[in-house]
Amino acid sequence: MSENPSMERRRFLTGSIAIAGGVAFGVISPWKPALGQATQGSPAQIPLALTPFIRISSAGITLIGPRTDMGQGIASTQAYLVAEELDVDPLKCEISPGIPDPIYYNAAVADSLAPFPEYDHSAAAEAARKQGQEGFRTAGLQVTGGSTSIPDMYDRLRIAGATARETIKLAAAKRHGVSVDALRTDDGHVVLPSGTRISYESLADAAATIQPPANVELRKSDQWRYLGKRLMRTDIVAKSTGTQSYGIDATADGMLYATVRTHPAWGGEMLGFDATRAEKMPGVKQIVPLENGVAVVADRTWRAFKAMQTIDFQWGNGTFPKSSEALWEALENGERPELLEGKLRDDGAVDEVFASVGGETLEAEYRVPYLAHAPLEPMNAMVRVSDDQVDVWTGTQIPGFVQAHVAAVTGKPVEQVVVHNHTMGGSFGRRLEDEHVKQAALIALAVKNTPVKMTWTREEDMSHDFPRPAQLGRLRGRIEDRKIRALDVTTIGSSAVRSWLGRVAEAPPKPDVLQMAGAWDQPFNIPNYRVTGYAPEGLVPTTTHRCPGANANGFFHDAFLDELLHEAEQDPLEARVALCHHDASRKVLEAVGELSSWRGTHLGKGRGRGVAFVLSHGVPVAEVIDVTLTDRGVRIDDVYVAVDSGAVLDPANFEAQVTGGVVWGLGHAINAELTYEDYAPTQTNFHAYECLRMYQTPRIQFVALENNFKIRGIGEPTVAPAAPALANAIFAATGKRIRELPLNKHIDFV
Amino acid sequence: MKLKVNGSEYDVNTELDTPLLWVLREDLGLVGTKYGCGIAQCGACTVHVGGLAVRSCQLAVGEVGGEITTIEGLGTPEAPHPVQAAWIEEQVAQCGYCQSGQIMQAASLLLTDKNPSDEKIDRVMSGNLCRCGTYPRIRSAIHKAAKSIAGGDA
Repeated sequence: MSENPSMERRRFLTGSIAIAGGVAFGVISPWKPALGQATQGSPAQIPLALTPFIRISSAGITLIGPRTDMGQGIASTQAYLVAEELDVDPLKCEISPGIPDPIYYNAAVADSLAPFPEYDHSAAAEAARKQGQEGFRTAGLQVTGGSTSIPDMYDRLRIAGATARETIKLAAAKRHGVSVDALRTDDGHVVLPSGTRISYESLADAAATIQPPANVELRKSDQWRYLGKRLMRTDIVAKSTGTQSYGIDATADGMLYATVRTHPAWGGEMLGFDATRAEKMPGVKQIVPLENGVAVVADRTWRAFKAMQTIDFQWGNGTFPKSSEALWEALENGERPELLEGKLRDDGAVDEVFASVGGETLEAEYRVPYLAHAPLEPMNAMVRVSDDQVDVWTGTQIPGFVQAHVAAVTGKPVEQVVVHNHTMGGSFGRRLEDEHVKQAALIALAVKNTPVKMTWTREEDMSHDFPRPAQLGRLRGRIEDRKIRALDVTTIGSSAVRSWLGRVAEAPPKPDVLQMAGAWDQPFNIPNYRVTGYAPEGLVPTTTHRCPGANANGFFHDAFLDELLHEAEQDPLEARVALCHHDASRKVLEAVGELSSWRGTHLGKGRGRGVAFVLSHGVPVAEVIDVTLTDRGVRIDDVYVAVDSGAVLDPANFEAQVTGGVVWGLGHAINAELTYEDYAPTQTNFHAYECLRMYQTPRIQFVALENNFKIRGIGEPTVAPAAPALANAIFAATGKRIRELPLNKHIDFV
Repeated sequence: MKLKVNGSEYDVNTELDTPLLWVLREDLGLVGTKYGCGIAQCGACTVHVGGLAVRSCQLAVGEVGGEITTIEGLGTPEAPHPVQAAWIEEQVAQCGYCQSGQIMQAASLLLTDKNPSDEKIDRVMSGNLCRCGTYPRIRSAIHKAAKSIAGGDA
């Protein structure tokens, strides 16, 4: 997929090393770990300098996928990427996330952070991305997120698989005295010219003595056996039988359980507490004071929960504005030079157009609220601190940060911290953070040599999310001769990236391009076109939330575009097609028109149809939504989606991600917000934070095009167009523009 | 106190007001049943008591009045229940955390209604929250399971 595959592939040179009873294939890297991380090698696994993707021994075949699964199916897809070239059945292999290692760095994450729109494939843009990738390679940051796993792993894992296969073939050729060209492989076996099948396992020892070839050829997509076809997810049986283990299910001998309560606002002061009653509750072992709260350690989680309820706390002030009113006031006053995050688009002469006479000017203000990630598995971690090792069992998107942070709070060298990463019961960005793991480590430090599993109540989880930032959009547009002459977008909201990285590593310099994502990076020809971001500091601490930036700005930008096109008396779909200058994006718009049999926004009395388009994570997505007005409120009937993320590797999981993204986007568009009183969200549990439930879930159809310049991930991009498509559909049905989410503040839904 | 879970008798020694959920998870080690909200709003803790779906986070262990079936007792990877088989075939799960509860709710639904309509499915299943948005496949898996049970090929 890259311009110069051979050069790219040299980077992914696969080496091998002998292990007990066999061979491991992976990366032998000359460079040293950075960012305070260390390569971990438990003796039972891989020693020294090889970081494996594949292990083959008499005990079986293990496929290692370093991107962690949080529901996006990447554990499975990684296994199939290796298997496609290795010629094994992933369902017969062990699937492992491996041991966290900087060599499992994620370079693709740089692409969404480059100061070039993702549709821009110019030499300058590609050079900037390459430079960014180099930075992430050097940093050695193993991160799962940003819909980057597929672009990042697409070549790497297939090259590892192909190299291993060819090495095993060479071993078989040597052992059986035949030419390697006469051999083929099938389902974990080398097949001799005679038809005799020799298992990889039985060749593993011999393969360890063979120098792996440097230039393997990858199979063309028309030769694929697995990829491109509906695949059986490697975790589907476990997840359908209650046998999948998550962080919250971790157990260890002699373990204790704990829960934590801290100041309702992150970082808020605890003036005092009285745990006299809690100390006497059944099963309670220890009360551990923390800086901003208290942990109860008990012999059961429920007993810890119950004891916690009896503790009286005296809370001091929080560290950010106290109420929603004050937070919104900060955003309303946020358009100040010192808060300028960036002006990532400034085409033409916007001010001159608006100062000129003629045409028609539209202005509107849009709002989106703070949103909890609220993955269904609450934050948890089990930690054991012993003299020479700290073990951490948890599900995280960035194991290296967990390792470094636990080392820091326990005072141990990073080499002594072992992270056992787990499948996550959802994350959506939430498990980029690890404050809860640090709490668990502090508790374990107080109860030495004992594994302590700390679980938050849902109430603690909901009030201590690092939410999606609330954001305010001020937009104006100028229509002349039924054309959009100018579009000026000002978006005001915290930089989630700076808030997050400021907490877990180091805040990067401005601009955070994601703060304006979904607005500055859209492929439309508007002669005078400006996007400016302002990011007030000191508000609620936030972190990126599935489809970051675009999940707010995509609503502002596209819904306002819809307003302008309506004013210009244009068909909203045809006009978007006409405005679009990016080939893959235009085809996506055309495809959604075809899929939905588009004939305008009117579907008859009491009904309406809207279209929206947002390009995020390098993936153009168009959605059409149909609604019906019932006597009890709006019913969402159908959603039509067209996407283009390049080659579709697993149509089954692809469908899950496309439809799941729509459900996620709609649920928050309709139903969900965090509002603040006394520093804390007033929504403490799912009764007040509804998201989408089955009765509100529409039919969803989609079409996947494969024209994209690069292969991309599909976990996030379908989120952003859902809200504007729905708002535009409601306008078509009712004539009412709703410019604030959640929409149910303004209209009922059935 | 005696509990019958998945056909086995257990002797449990805990406060009577402990939610069944935590007894299952931490006393009996049956961790397939999940904690999600603790207030019967998400359905991740759904198990069967006397064949009917209940939220185990809201049922005190002292008030359990029947035999308990958890996801582990419904079927196994080797011998899945027809509902689990349909879930596997339709590849419903994404993160999977809510799916034990979804499956237990769906199995309970199919005991009382052999061929539920979409409306009925929506009504009965809407107490089970899925943050990943697997609802469209849950609907089709329930229809598939209903057919499979009716056809007796389970």
